[in-house]
Amino acid sequence: MAKVYLTTPITDAQVREIKAGDEVYITGTIYTARDAAHRRMVEELAAGKPLPIDAQGAVIYYVGPTPPKPGQVIGSAGPTTSYRMDKYTPDMLKQGVKAVIGKGYRGDEVKSGFVQYGAVYLVSTGGAGALLAKTIEAAEVVAYEDLGAEAVRRLTVKEFPTVCIHDATGGDQYFAGQSQWVKPDAMVKPKKPEAGE
Amino acid sequence: MREIHVDQVAETVARLVQEANFKLEDDVVGAINRAMNLEEAPVGQAILLQIQDNYTLAGTERVPMCQDTGVALVFLELGQEVHLTGGDLTDAINRGVAKGYTEGYLRMSMLNDPIKRVNTKNNTPAMVYIDVVPGDQLKVKVDCKGGGSENMSQLKMLPPSAGWEGAKRFIVEAVANAGPNACPPLIVGVGIGGNFDKSALLAKKSLLRHVGDPNPDPEWEAREQELLAEINKLGVGPMGLGGTVTALAVHVEVMGCHITALPVAVNIECHSHRHKEAVL
Repeated sequence: MAKVYLTTPITDAQVREIKAGDEVYITGTIYTARDAAHRRMVEELAAGKPLPIDAQGAVIYYVGPTPPKPGQVIGSAGPTTSYRMDKYTPDMLKQGVKAVIGKGYRGDEVKSGFVQYGAVYLVSTGGAGALLAKTIEAAEVVAYEDLGAEAVRRLTVKEFPTVCIHDATGGDQYFAGQSQWVKPDAMVKPKKPEAGE
Repeated sequence: MREIHVDQVAETVARLVQEANFKLEDDVVGAINRAMNLEEAPVGQAILLQIQDNYTLAGTERVPMCQDTGVALVFLELGQEVHLTGGDLTDAINRGVAKGYTEGYLRMSMLNDPIKRVNTKNNTPAMVYIDVVPGDQLKVKVDCKGGGSENMSQLKMLPPSAGWEGAKRFIVEAVANAGPNACPPLIVGVGIGGNFDKSALLAKKSLLRHVGDPNPDPEWEAREQELLAEINKLGVGPMGLGGTVTALAVHVEVMGCHITALPVAVNIECHSHRHKEAVL
């Protein structure tokens, strides 16, 4: 469990160094996108249009912030639940996205995608939106302004704190962490990652 | 007959949705403090510390503790001696929600239609629940409920043969399935009995209890403790990273039901349990 400090854009070599369980602090540019923005981006890709973000080495953060109060660069900005983006994530990884930040379990196809495309799944603390916003130094809408909180924003962040859940070799920190603490007589055991991931 | 103008309801709702989002109530703070002592995993403790830092910051700066400022659930306990004047009550509640969310810089998360999906830009509609009770007061309870935990909620019409063991398994499995998605440590609201919709309503209303207050029936209090112990054996821990505190509390509400039925509803609430109430 190392501490890894990354500056965007992220290279393949950097991705390979991140292991499930590592604390990963990101500095630089990250893009926000959640349900509606993902749907639109993937539809535009299918229609042969370019993405509104530079996907090479990019980091996407699943967040819909609150509106900034006067004097704030952004409102509260914690992660939203990631599985709702599962349908779109492999397409985004194919475009060169190297890390996605959210919270919660991912589907098997997405987990395979992190291995296949060499990318990582990071999580930040859900419900800690006021605290996480302190690491965001600038925010501007770059696409889909009509989506409001769901618009694509370019954020400038300094040491945005995350933990790696799925690395590019199939590591699964939810399984590893929970396996350490589950009681032998628990009614449900942590879900094993599928073989070959 | 005591008269209350609906504008007063609107103003109260507008104030409560903001307060609820900025400042965590003492019962939830107390439950998280207790969790700090119970959590054995270092990573779990680190997450709980972040949660504490976050709600302290939010309260001090008067900003939302979570960016998902929620669906506004508005529960009214309306005294039957009260006469509401000045127009439509539901409209007034929605006016209050719109005002509170706009003035408080809260996020507009509500859509006009589940398939057309156009944002209403004022966080309405509110979910309104009205109970008529004795007396001449109007109690307004607000819960700003995030979508992530709500999405992990479940309901099942069990056969009576499933019994308590079947109900228990369904509840524990629902929490295990929710895992990190619902932002643990959770408050688990359970409704057992009634019918399809009443069980869900019981589960929802159980969340209005102060966190950790027991069911008044000692037998059900014991079952709440049994469920909490089973849930905390799962190892899910704060934010699912592994630990000994997966739930802060389990609240169970029960009601009689048909001879064919054993409805069980599990309404899951995240650690950012934003509730607030006022009496008019």
